[in-house]
Amino acid sequence: MSDENGVIYRISGPVVTATGIRSRMYEVVRVGHEGLMGEVIELHGDKSVIQVYEDTSGIRPGEPVVRTGQTLSVQLGPGLLTQIYDGIQRPLPVLEKTMGTFIERGVDADGLDLEKVWDFEATVSVGDEVAPGAVIGTVQETETIVHKVMLPPNHSGKVASIESGSFNVTQTVCTLEDGTEIQMMQKWPVRTPRPYHQKYAPDTPLVTGMRILDFLFPLAKGGAAGIPGPFGSGKTVTQQSLAKYSDAQIVVYIGCGERGNEMTEVLDEFPHLIDPNTGKPLMNRTVMIANTSNMPVAAREASVYTGITIAEYFRDMGYDVALMADSTSRWAEAMREISSRLEEMPGEEGYPAYLSSRLAEFYERAGRVETLEGEDGSVTVIGAVSPPGGDISEPVSQGTLRIVKVFWGLDAGLARQRHFPAINWLSSYSLYPQSLDQWFRDNIASDFPEIRTEISSLLQVEAELQEIVQLVGSDALPVDQQLTLEVARMIREFFLQQNGFHEVDAYSGLEQQYKMAKAILTFQDSAKKALAAGGQLEDVVNVPARTNLMRDRFEAGYLDRVDGLVDEMNKQIAAAAEDN
Amino acid sequence: MSGKEYRTITDVKGPLVFLEKTEPVAYGEIVQLRLTDGSMKNGQVLDTSDDMVVVQVFEGTAGVDLGTGVKFMGDVFKLPVSKDLIGRILDGAGRPRDGGPAIVAEGEADIIGAAINPYSRQSPHDFIQTGISAIDCCTTLVRGQKLPIFSASGLPHNDIALQIARQAKLKDSDEEFIVVFCAMGITAEEYNFFRSDLERTGALENAVLFVNLADDPAVERLITPRLALTAAEYLAFEHDYHVLVVYTDVTNYCDALRQIGAAREEVPGRRGYPGYMYTDLAMLYERAGLVKGKKGSITQFPILTMPGDDITHPIPDLSGYITEGQIVISRELHGSGIYPPINVLPSLSRLMGGCIGEKTTREDHKSVSDQMYAAYAQGRELRGLVAIVGEDALNERDKQLLDFSGLFEDKFLRQSRDEDRSIDETLDLCWDLMQNISTKYLVRLDQKWIDKYHPTEKK
Repeated sequence: MSDENGVIYRISGPVVTATGIRSRMYEVVRVGHEGLMGEVIELHGDKSVIQVYEDTSGIRPGEPVVRTGQTLSVQLGPGLLTQIYDGIQRPLPVLEKTMGTFIERGVDADGLDLEKVWDFEATVSVGDEVAPGAVIGTVQETETIVHKVMLPPNHSGKVASIESGSFNVTQTVCTLEDGTEIQMMQKWPVRTPRPYHQKYAPDTPLVTGMRILDFLFPLAKGGAAGIPGPFGSGKTVTQQSLAKYSDAQIVVYIGCGERGNEMTEVLDEFPHLIDPNTGKPLMNRTVMIANTSNMPVAAREASVYTGITIAEYFRDMGYDVALMADSTSRWAEAMREISSRLEEMPGEEGYPAYLSSRLAEFYERAGRVETLEGEDGSVTVIGAVSPPGGDISEPVSQGTLRIVKVFWGLDAGLARQRHFPAINWLSSYSLYPQSLDQWFRDNIASDFPEIRTEISSLLQVEAELQEIVQLVGSDALPVDQQLTLEVARMIREFFLQQNGFHEVDAYSGLEQQYKMAKAILTFQDSAKKALAAGGQLEDVVNVPARTNLMRDRFEAGYLDRVDGLVDEMNKQIAAAAEDN
Repeated sequence: MSGKEYRTITDVKGPLVFLEKTEPVAYGEIVQLRLTDGSMKNGQVLDTSDDMVVVQVFEGTAGVDLGTGVKFMGDVFKLPVSKDLIGRILDGAGRPRDGGPAIVAEGEADIIGAAINPYSRQSPHDFIQTGISAIDCCTTLVRGQKLPIFSASGLPHNDIALQIARQAKLKDSDEEFIVVFCAMGITAEEYNFFRSDLERTGALENAVLFVNLADDPAVERLITPRLALTAAEYLAFEHDYHVLVVYTDVTNYCDALRQIGAAREEVPGRRGYPGYMYTDLAMLYERAGLVKGKKGSITQFPILTMPGDDITHPIPDLSGYITEGQIVISRELHGSGIYPPINVLPSLSRLMGGCIGEKTTREDHKSVSDQMYAAYAQGRELRGLVAIVGEDALNERDKQLLDFSGLFEDKFLRQSRDEDRSIDETLDLCWDLMQNISTKYLVRLDQKWIDKYHPTEKK
């Protein structure tokens, strides 16, 4: 028996042991008569332990196992955008064509359409010296995105020939003097981060259009955020809002072990939604990966790596990429399941001891970098976490929180009160304001950070006052504290609550967020003055202009009208004081 | 390989049998055991290698000895499927239990079931009217949804499930559902209750029953729901039926899963349940939905009892992460004599948003549902405050909300076991009750609906 071909020795669920091959770690092998795809994850003497990406029922010991010599890789090139893949980059529409409604096993499919012809435009000339990662040409991949064709990171040299024209992704578009032929498609092993020159500290916010996120707990482009929350608290809705409205140029959305119908909803919805930043359909900038909860567990483990490798590829073109992983808990559970089949010594709650290092490795692939080409690109990672029972003391939440700098804590209580997004403003945090404040001062308003501090301290004070109110009722508080409660209520209902499904309210620009926050503080000031001048709290609070100010945020063109509405409110409050 | 009988059992442990020196045996292959007294048992391969094969025995290993003969059947577990399944009662392993003839198969289907390609799914959007106000108004059921009942021991979840199975229909349509009922480890008494109710209402003719009772083998429970769902898929996607799958009790299923995990000495996850329980449950729950190009649908109504009424217990917790919402039964409401005791506050239907409104239910549905929910939530909260400060300390608004919460339970939630309210009746009832709150406090209602529907303020 040669080293290339072996036989199955043992099968236990998705884990298969083979003998007779001398494989390497993380090498892809073909298992059984049907050639199911698997990956070597452990070596014991002459035995290779393989995790198989498809259902193993009906496979017997003695069936063949064949080495491929490759590690698990994705195909990168034009044709990624608008596509929806399973966990190992098989396009779902292609799978539907070959095997119908249900996903059968043993079917291969290329990640990219190898036949499709693209208009390649060369951007370097014969004789140019090209370094690894250099852009040699461009393709208009979708209406809004120019795909930059790059030299693979392990090649460099002098261009011997290159021409513009129509090519498919496997045709040679460029040759180097050493004879290397370059195609538009390149392959990259998913478990290896793609190289870059250096990492920078993030200094630009990822604008999401969600007020509570951008204003109170901002995330930087190239940063990492965790969203833990119990079921029904709106994780998926929040992730989808981020995919829809954040100002990243490319979005990679990984549905990892979640509901099938949710992915269908995204597929139905995204082609019709317009990207507020470009005015074109959102699908143009989106790559989706769907490995639903009942699809094979090993492919779920691979799906986050597939996703982040695609994200890094677009980063290398100099784009700002945002990656949403919903949910990283399912990924961790896939690791746990495989680990337990390997009979590894478990760490906390049965998770493998390497859980936290895997989480760290994954989130560390986020970052703002100088690409090999010298461009500025970033990958922002936003991972949802589904802690059992909503208790974030469990290992996946804790492992995540140790790494990410932004914590958006979803709260079942808020969700039950129908306060959406149900992000708890007391427990959430962001460590980015320090590095982003300069940007906010330069681009939005010089006092932006101060306004944020005032808003969050008002919420803090409210929490303390509420404890007293619970005991004695709000009427027992002095008038100035009653006003504080009223102001805090305005922050919650007017500013923090946001309807993700409302055509206008779903997205607030930073300037509008700033004006709304400022309006709340203005209300506080004029109300205080009016109270000092002898006004009654009830009259001051109930001026119609304030209701208009709050309600009109659902109307288009609100940004232009805010200032006028605030002036009117001030007038009415002053008048309310004089009437007394 | 079939035909050859091995007598090479080395170990028997709990429901598992270990044997050696076999020809290559397939993972998941079906196994027949012939005991020394001549009786037969069935099993399935859980782990296979050149040296050792592990078989889980569905009927338990009582009576198995080292001389027991083991025959590998050469195939994975398949259910003979046929339209004739309708009207039949089968046991937990798919054998007739009603004394009727064997099923004449039109085909055989692998019971594990392949995953539906998410790209081939169709979004569910057809409103199912259950005739129960709390569900229709607040946690609307959609055709193709998986909506479990989270209950606990001693609560009337069975009555509710039956009432839904009986009354469920599309609005303005007589199209009936085929009910696939799957019992997992419930008592004979509970089963008789289901069966006699289905018989009484004539629904049995349009139902398929798979029955594994509390004294039937626990391990068999692991295949019973798979049989039921395989039958459901066949009827829905090959014969265009709309199928409503009711299965109870998921908690017993999970306990059987834990039993196997323990016997295999697997590393346990939370509370001893195996780490793969999420994936395993997903392989049941995700077999619901609609697919492009097929007329039929599968709607799932799993029932689970929360041990100790604890919604954070792994079973309801993992279920909640997979299913599209949940209907929570409340011991407190049940205690105050309200049927159906559905606590709408923690209940949720994730698909509701896309299926209610002008075209399907009524234009004011969303507004009304939001307002009813909000007012009831506030009213309930005030009960706690009243206990401390007394009712006199409440202002006018709070008093109205407090009173409303009582009416909500008494008039809106409460209905009789055979009361079938149409969605219009339900929404009109809501408006009727909301009269008790001044319109200035009904902030979640659009003015245009107040103008159109409010009994006393409409224009």
